[in-house]
Amino acid sequence: MTTSALFVRDHFIDPKPAPGRTGGPILWLRQNLFATPSDSLLTVLGAVLLLWAVPHLYNFLIGHAVFPGGTVEECRAEGAGACWAYIGARFNFFIYGFYPIAEYWRPNIVFALGAALIIPLLVPSALFKRTNAVLFFVVYPVICFYLLNGGVFGMRYVPTEQWGGLLVTLIISLVGIICSIPLGILLALGRQSKLPIIKTLCVLFIELWRAVPLITVLFMASIMLPLFMPTGTTVDKLLRALVGVTLFSSAYLAETIRGGLQALPRGQYEAGASLGLGYWKRTYFIILPQALKHVIPGIVNNFIALFKDTSLVSIVGIFDLLKTVQTGSDDIEWAAPNQATTGYIFAAAVFWMFCFAMSRYSLWMERRLDTGHKR
Amino acid sequence: MAVQDNISASAPRTSLLNDPVFRGILYQVLVATAVIAFISWIVFNTAQNLAAQNKTTGFDFLFRTAGFDISFTLFPWSRSSFYWQAFLAGLLNTLLVAVIGIVFSTILGFTLGIARLSCNWLISRFATVYIETIRNIPLLLQLFFWYFAVLKAMPAVRQSFALPLDIFINQRGLMVPRPLIDHEFTWVIVAFVVAAIGAIVIGRWATNIRTLTGKYPAAIVTAARAANAAVTFAMGYLAFMALGALLPALTGLSSLPLIGAVVLTAMTFTPASPYVRSIIAFILAWVVLSFVLSGMFPSVPSVVISVGSAIAGVVLGWILLDGADGRASEGKFPIALPLIVAFGVPALVYWVTGASLQFEVPVLNRFNFDGGVQLPPELVALVFGLTIYTAAFIAENVRGGIRAVNKGQTEAAQSLGIKEGDRLRLVIIPQAMRVIVPPLTSQYLNLTKNSSLGAAIGYPELVNVFTGTTLNQTGKAIEVIALTMAVYLTFSLLTSAFMNWYNGRVALVER
Repeated sequence: MTTSALFVRDHFIDPKPAPGRTGGPILWLRQNLFATPSDSLLTVLGAVLLLWAVPHLYNFLIGHAVFPGGTVEECRAEGAGACWAYIGARFNFFIYGFYPIAEYWRPNIVFALGAALIIPLLVPSALFKRTNAVLFFVVYPVICFYLLNGGVFGMRYVPTEQWGGLLVTLIISLVGIICSIPLGILLALGRQSKLPIIKTLCVLFIELWRAVPLITVLFMASIMLPLFMPTGTTVDKLLRALVGVTLFSSAYLAETIRGGLQALPRGQYEAGASLGLGYWKRTYFIILPQALKHVIPGIVNNFIALFKDTSLVSIVGIFDLLKTVQTGSDDIEWAAPNQATTGYIFAAAVFWMFCFAMSRYSLWMERRLDTGHKR
Repeated sequence: MAVQDNISASAPRTSLLNDPVFRGILYQVLVATAVIAFISWIVFNTAQNLAAQNKTTGFDFLFRTAGFDISFTLFPWSRSSFYWQAFLAGLLNTLLVAVIGIVFSTILGFTLGIARLSCNWLISRFATVYIETIRNIPLLLQLFFWYFAVLKAMPAVRQSFALPLDIFINQRGLMVPRPLIDHEFTWVIVAFVVAAIGAIVIGRWATNIRTLTGKYPAAIVTAARAANAAVTFAMGYLAFMALGALLPALTGLSSLPLIGAVVLTAMTFTPASPYVRSIIAFILAWVVLSFVLSGMFPSVPSVVISVGSAIAGVVLGWILLDGADGRASEGKFPIALPLIVAFGVPALVYWVTGASLQFEVPVLNRFNFDGGVQLPPELVALVFGLTIYTAAFIAENVRGGIRAVNKGQTEAAQSLGIKEGDRLRLVIIPQAMRVIVPPLTSQYLNLTKNSSLGAAIGYPELVNVFTGTTLNQTGKAIEVIALTMAVYLTFSLLTSAFMNWYNGRVALVER
């Protein structure tokens, strides 16, 4: 096509006038809220929505709400908002489930010990990292088990059926996290391995778990696990759920860690080999520290997903936070129009706090470990 | 100096355990043995347990009568249906939720993702708050909230909320009109598909000609003018009708919509044509805003709302006028033409064939609604929850994808004088799609997998009907769970196959 004249602009656009202001609130408004006509329109619509929603929300959550100490009659009154009094009255049930009231000190020690161990672990500059990690990942779970389960040192035996609420949610997520890390690392290494049988097994494991929904895994764990065990063995219901959640989560974690392994330059592997280090030493001293550091944000994201997914155990009849809240909403004593809604808002707030804290931590870590991708 | 010359000698003898090849084989044999031993142990135990319980294995139970009810199926279901039909019903219900959820969450997710990157401070804050809230709350909790705290708390049937378009919402779910189509209507659908393809072809051809010559062909310009007039007529008619609904004083003038529309249409052929758009926008903004705002703020006097909306309408009209230029039909893409082709041709076919499309409106009877389609609250809650939850994740993918496009691309487009909308549409989004599509596909897969949570609120999807009821009744744990997992595995494999295909198609071709 030599005859065609391509489309070109044939005149100049007039230059724009110089910008007037260089600062101040009016300029900020201009730039951020009223930059273009459509922008102004969106701003106005957004403001209208805010004006409409915020008073309603305020009235429901604070203005007309009944605070702890209030009575059920106030909650039943016409136009009453959230019934926080109900949350206050059932708070212990939401935290400990059916755990015997006289034994509350045991979960309390578990909570306190956990906080005392995990905070220095999360602060990069804290000392004794290795000791701390061993204490948290190895010693702490053992202590927790004996403390909560009882039956030793004259402590009363509390079967897992009586554990509940936030306690169980935290237990499942902590055990899931602690057990799925080594499993996930092994699976990721196996997937990268040059040995065909190991590689195939790992790929099969990872892809199988990742393809099915967690709820079917939990169903399988609660129905099939007893079938798989030798006749006569009974497996604790909580333990079944723990196995399901851990295996499921380790498959996801393995894929995240694989990303970190792939991100390492080949030279690192070759340097390790040229130093004469064997596979395990090379992996332990050179590869894993760097690979894990790369994917800490991804790992934290996996933990967030795991923490949220623990709520699914309520479907197979384990009294986690969500299940206790749901049970609470059938509580006749506190029957009020907003009882269920308030309960769900409370549970949502608890879950949100944990997950949001984790996601902020992962963002902070990402910035700290800035791996040079920043623009 | 004890330097030994090993070059000519054979490789040093080492322990067999240090030989990498041998060690590799040894490890594999060990692992394989362990896995096989573990699996045989499980199989042995299972066989023993099954024998102890006097159970047999096999899929013959699928052809037995199910004998239970399913609250919502896409095909006729009775208690005498077979178990395989229960499986199918669950599968179809899962797919139904997945498809609806995918469509809505994509729309919402893209909107939110772009909104979060918007220069508008308020809008981007809105999107941020939404995403950070929804992403950090378990989906199951959200489903419970929508189902138990919102839909179950809806008024009883007699006090149903009436929404526009004859939609009603109450404790029993959402009642929507049912379209009644007759035999001839098939031709209208066929015509619509053909016309839509035709419209795309015309659009492409016109753009090609313009790229080569700088102008749209004369025939297209003329046709576009006619189409423009037709669209103006329709929009004008609609606007004046809406105005009649807002202002009761105008109801006496029954011919007002017709006169108004004709005047506006005539104006498109005069130099005053840029004003037409503004006028229509003004009227529509006024009417729609008045209705929406008076619904949102019932305590504010209607005069205030009406005046406020009228001012907003004037502003909108003025904004549109500002951006319009007189040579619209020659310089810009004639958007009215493909619209007219895509919708006009089917309308013509509808009129010629005498097809009929009516809506069976749900009507409140003594105890329940009659007619229409009743969507159970479980379905509504599940779709709602899945859409809202997945949209937050899709929004983050979209944001990540757009951020991944080099800033230089935006600047280059800016320096070429491409307007913001075109910049996004022609330069940024196509490149961002490469980054967005792989995680987007896994979000679709997640949504499909998450639809299994419908079991928790009683929506009869695959897990509920099959892994729940069927397993309980038949006790065939292995077969039932294997089938369920096989279904999700198939979804997964199909999705990743599609993803790989698409990825290969759009991947950046490099040296």
